[in-house]
Amino acid sequence: MKRNFLSFVKKESLHILRDKRTMLVVMFIPIVLMILFGFAISTEVNNINIAVVAPNRTDGVTDAVNRLAANEYFTFKGYINQDEIDIQLRSGKVGAVVIFTPDYDKRVAQIFGGLPSTPAIQLIVDASNVNIAGAATAYLQSVLLGTASQQSMFETRMLFNPQMKSAYNFVPGLMGLIFILVCAMMTSVSIVREKEVGTMEVLLVSPVRPVKIIFAKMIPYFVISCIVLTIILLLAHFLLDVPMSGGIGGIVTISLIYLALSLSLGLFISTITSTQVAALLISAVVLMMPILMFSGLLFPIENLPKFFQVVSNIVPARWYIDATRKLMIQGVSILAVWKECIILIGMTIMLLVVSLKKFNDKLE
Amino acid sequence: MSDIVISVHNLTKRFGNFTAVDHITFDVQRGEIFGFLGANGAGKTTAMRMLCGLSYPTSGSGNVAGFDIMHEGEQIKRHIGYMSQRFSLYNELTVSENINLFAGIYGLSKKETTKRATQLLERLNLHSERNTLVKSLPLGWKQKLSFSIATIHNPEVVFLDEPTGGVDPVTRRQFWEMIYETANNGTTIFVTTHYMDEAEYCSRVSIMVDGEIRALDTPTNLKQKFNAMTMDDVFRTLARGAKRGE
Repeated sequence: MKRNFLSFVKKESLHILRDKRTMLVVMFIPIVLMILFGFAISTEVNNINIAVVAPNRTDGVTDAVNRLAANEYFTFKGYINQDEIDIQLRSGKVGAVVIFTPDYDKRVAQIFGGLPSTPAIQLIVDASNVNIAGAATAYLQSVLLGTASQQSMFETRMLFNPQMKSAYNFVPGLMGLIFILVCAMMTSVSIVREKEVGTMEVLLVSPVRPVKIIFAKMIPYFVISCIVLTIILLLAHFLLDVPMSGGIGGIVTISLIYLALSLSLGLFISTITSTQVAALLISAVVLMMPILMFSGLLFPIENLPKFFQVVSNIVPARWYIDATRKLMIQGVSILAVWKECIILIGMTIMLLVVSLKKFNDKLE
Repeated sequence: MSDIVISVHNLTKRFGNFTAVDHITFDVQRGEIFGFLGANGAGKTTAMRMLCGLSYPTSGSGNVAGFDIMHEGEQIKRHIGYMSQRFSLYNELTVSENINLFAGIYGLSKKETTKRATQLLERLNLHSERNTLVKSLPLGWKQKLSFSIATIHNPEVVFLDEPTGGVDPVTRRQFWEMIYETANNGTTIFVTTHYMDEAEYCSRVSIMVDGEIRALDTPTNLKQKFNAMTMDDVFRTLARGAKRGE
């Protein structure tokens, strides 16, 4: 009975290949998302416009301003007067204004001499976007402190992602999202379509066991997902410079587990729905929202309210994204993420068992 | 041998309080064209599904092709063909691909498949269309193809669930010629329909009303018994008392 299994796989593959539009979407979406998140959408703070108020342009002041201007995060917009500050900020021409006191040099000397002094520099920052304001303040302080003294109380090293690139953060998250989209949505829709059109009835009357029907359906989608995985990894490494420091083997292993999980999820959806529209809606709403909200893709899980932190435990993407970040960025080996692997495998088995039980060979 | 291919005794199916099929009993002989008639909602499809192993009876017993419908569903599935009222082929596959798929499903060998496929295409005059996608065939052709594929593994019984819905009279006539040919080769045909002219083509006809079989005989005998000119009149007389609406 191996032959009937193979004819099924062939039929399913033909179905997918004939549906050029879906194929294109499946291949295209990951590429577009990767490029979009990798380049266009970024949480990094770049090109903050800076204006400077400096009544006394001493050497100390120009030195500080030159350092600001040379920094890639800032664009120096020139010197302005005290009374222009408000207009410049309000009009959005600048994001921050640096005000040097007239006796800047003297105050700096006092501060570093350990003598009591009032502040030497005032920073006025447009805080209408909290993220930008926070980052700008931190950058400004570190750059300006550097002018005053080479000595500092802290020595900070950003491990794993020294340039703080947001692509490093997004790539694992995107993978968690894309595979659910491709696998779960496509499998569930394709199974439900057969129910809707009526061909499922014919298959159930045939001597082929339901388990075979299902696995034959999953195989082509699994192959497609593997191609998508390859594309994503290549893009991530060569275009976005994401280090695969933990070794490609670990990343592929956990991704394959996650693919199996997504396929099982699709199968599960197909057993609880009877129309393609319903299957699509469930894949889109019930799967997408938790992935976006509770997986750490957009917001760190630690920032969620306690209740949602608990909820996030049942979102498979959370475990996958967590593990992939560790593997890709921290460069740990697959052994370090054994807990995530086991959780994902457990979820897969559970989904498979439940769906196979539900997907029996009786119509009623 | 004049053996019995389908034998059903007090077969009943309940959905909650609703009795879809109510203690039906009948036998079907080998090579017969058995018409299974009834208005929409009379319980035809439900009864047929039980015979095909698509649903379990609530009570009663039955045998199809020598296998028990309660316990030997898997065996039954190997020995029957099925054509549903909804379209049972894959639209996105070509004629040949559909044939190969179903031949594969029923475990035909590669050699056998090629042989059957050639025969089938020749009989339907579809040889030139073998690489056409099924969705671009006219409905009549699709249905003939569908029937041929349902019998590709030479089943003992073919179940046809309203096979000629939406087809013009000429094509229906051609379709019935195919059914005759298949029955002459010893395959039993079990067909549901609500076209009463088609009922005239059957060897024997059963008429279901409200889940029960109200009449079962040859079309000629039925017309005599109910003193009617056509099967349509017979059906109207019987269906008048129906309690279930559409």
